[in-house]
Amino acid sequence: MPSTTSRRRRAGAATPYLFVAPAVVLFLLVLALPIAYTVYLSLFRTEVSGLGLGRGSRREVFAGLGNYARTLTDSEMGAGALRVLGYGALLVPTMLLLALVFALLLDEDRVRARGFSRIAIFLPYAVPGVIATLLWGFLYLPSTSPFAQLLDELSLPEVDLLSPTGIYFALANIAVWGGVGYNTIVLHTALRSIPRDLYEAARIDGCSAWQVALRIKVPLVAPALVLTTLFSVVATLQVFAEPTTLAPLTNSLSRTWSPLMKVYQDAFARGDVHSAAAASVVIAAVMFVLSSGLLRITRSRAFGGER
Amino acid sequence: MRLDIARKAVAAGLGLALLAGCGSSGGQDPEGPTELSFWAWAPNIEKVVDRWNASHPDRKVVMSKQAQGDDLVTKLLTSAKAGSGPDLAQVEFQALPTLVSNDVLADVSADAAAVEGEFPEGVWQQVTLGGDGVYAIPQDSGPMMFYYRADLFQQYGLTVPTTWDEYARTARTLRSRAPDRFLGTFSSNDPGWFAGLAQQAGGSWWSIDGDTWRVSIDDAATRKVAAYWSGLVAEGAVDKTPMYTPEWNKALNDGTQIGWVSAVWAPGVLAGNAGGTLGRWAMAPLPQWDAASPRTGNWGGSTTAVMSASTKRKAAAEFAIWLNTDPEAVAALVTDSGVYPAATKAQTGSALEQPPAFFPAQEDFYPTAQKIASTAASFTWGPNVNVAYTAYKNAFGAAITAGTDLVPALSEVQRATIDDMRASGFKVG
Repeated sequence: MPSTTSRRRRAGAATPYLFVAPAVVLFLLVLALPIAYTVYLSLFRTEVSGLGLGRGSRREVFAGLGNYARTLTDSEMGAGALRVLGYGALLVPTMLLLALVFALLLDEDRVRARGFSRIAIFLPYAVPGVIATLLWGFLYLPSTSPFAQLLDELSLPEVDLLSPTGIYFALANIAVWGGVGYNTIVLHTALRSIPRDLYEAARIDGCSAWQVALRIKVPLVAPALVLTTLFSVVATLQVFAEPTTLAPLTNSLSRTWSPLMKVYQDAFARGDVHSAAAASVVIAAVMFVLSSGLLRITRSRAFGGER
Repeated sequence: MRLDIARKAVAAGLGLALLAGCGSSGGQDPEGPTELSFWAWAPNIEKVVDRWNASHPDRKVVMSKQAQGDDLVTKLLTSAKAGSGPDLAQVEFQALPTLVSNDVLADVSADAAAVEGEFPEGVWQQVTLGGDGVYAIPQDSGPMMFYYRADLFQQYGLTVPTTWDEYARTARTLRSRAPDRFLGTFSSNDPGWFAGLAQQAGGSWWSIDGDTWRVSIDDAATRKVAAYWSGLVAEGAVDKTPMYTPEWNKALNDGTQIGWVSAVWAPGVLAGNAGGTLGRWAMAPLPQWDAASPRTGNWGGSTTAVMSASTKRKAAAEFAIWLNTDPEAVAALVTDSGVYPAATKAQTGSALEQPPAFFPAQEDFYPTAQKIASTAASFTWGPNVNVAYTAYKNAFGAAITAGTDLVPALSEVQRATIDDMRASGFKVG
């Protein structure tokens, strides 16, 4: 008897590790290993000898932090970061405000066709970014756009969304169109989890629907708002598919418009995976600092009540 | 149980090692039937491949349709780094030095030396890069020509321009007679197009001097071309929206663009992008800088190359040579794919007696094309054409958007190209 118990206990001791193993293995294989490899790559560079045409005329040499120094002093990288900040300043507030309004509207008891509205708002999120951009690209190009024709019919001035300034709105619009649905669903789900008796109590106290929304609902979904902001900021910094797809349609978008596009150009057009790896590490680090900073600032306020 | 897992892990590890072993045993061709993978983009080239497969059942070629141009270069570079790639690929001339420099292409001189005589000297020089190796078999060339809407030229009383001065005058006349139409567009999206125009003007962007590269993208000839188009764009005589956009397709279809400075393969593009204009286009030689000594440049043109990572190089080289020199194959390339073959014999072959289907009225299309092709300027491509091309798109796009002179953009392309070469360790003079 005692032997069975001890065996069972020993088997029991291994169980948690067995349960954790798949997650740990997956983490190591698909996250930690590639990151380590990227860091490793970023420490080397290719050196060409002579004309670089013969066999073996390229070799990898240790570069130390040289690639990082180049990335950090690269003017195009800095300019790209600024452009993305401008784009994010347009995109994130617009998208989240719209998402919050939609979520509050969906949560109203009086609203009709809730299921349909929810799907209609969410559906654009299911359209891949590249397809969405092609779709909007047709609508932006003056000669294929029904809107341009409509403006022309009404003798209104032409709006060129593919001009150097317009392009920010053009890109932000695509992201808002695709992203509002997702954020609405997250916020709406948070709203649904608020106990209904709170509203009842508020109404008995004489709150209008407006006051319920602003004083009760919004503060209670603040944690969800923080989360969606964080996701949106991260997605903004990673913007790649939309400007890449839109670039061939216009003179206003360079092939290195966003930092990630620069990384892509470095890795695949220039064939320099080493500096691309260094730039990726820098972008990841910036993103980590930004998002953890954002969390730290907002957490104290948003989650304060839960402590 | 645990032992079992360990055993499986060892077995899997061995499997991987075996796989890796297979991958690295390059060069030696396996005996018996084999399959060759081929990445290409030429329209309908699969039909030509089918002919090979019908007569070579033990050397089956499996086609995989790819995106054109720069994208395929990117893909080949990446797949070579990853150690996975095709046995053969369609590669444009300007990408050869980049791919050779990255050790992506196999030297097929042992098999290909015999067919050197089948190609014009200038074309062959582009696949040897001036050395002893042969890195690809030439497939087609892209001599540049001028395409115009014959019906609209007649309607507006325009004559076909034979010099660039006349082209500019024609562009202005058209604008005054039909303010909503253009004779052409300057595209910041197509560096290959601009490179062809620079070749015509006598530009030579790269050259080799001993073991040193010289880069002269910003040379006098190219400046002349940039200044010319800069002027036309500034006065609004030509359009400035990029080519190959939905808007451009529509403009070709509805006659907003009544001309296109393009290359010999244009009929295929027009048929695909402006199908509604069948039979209304005509082709003429490119307008000239010096009418007394006509020249043209090349836009595009491609080769069939064997990959250095292939384990079936001999069989692959055999197919590449067949595809581009066998009379039946080359004839099929012309009729099915609509390319203009690089092989000398093919240019006088029966396949080129008929004009392209999209130009039924121009009986002498290919004889004219052959005359034009013989005036093509030679050109040396550098080892980082991709970088120069991206710099062109960025710098010219920005200059067009800002409405500024295009000539300074040229020096920006030159600077970006040299900077990149120096950073990689090339000797640049």
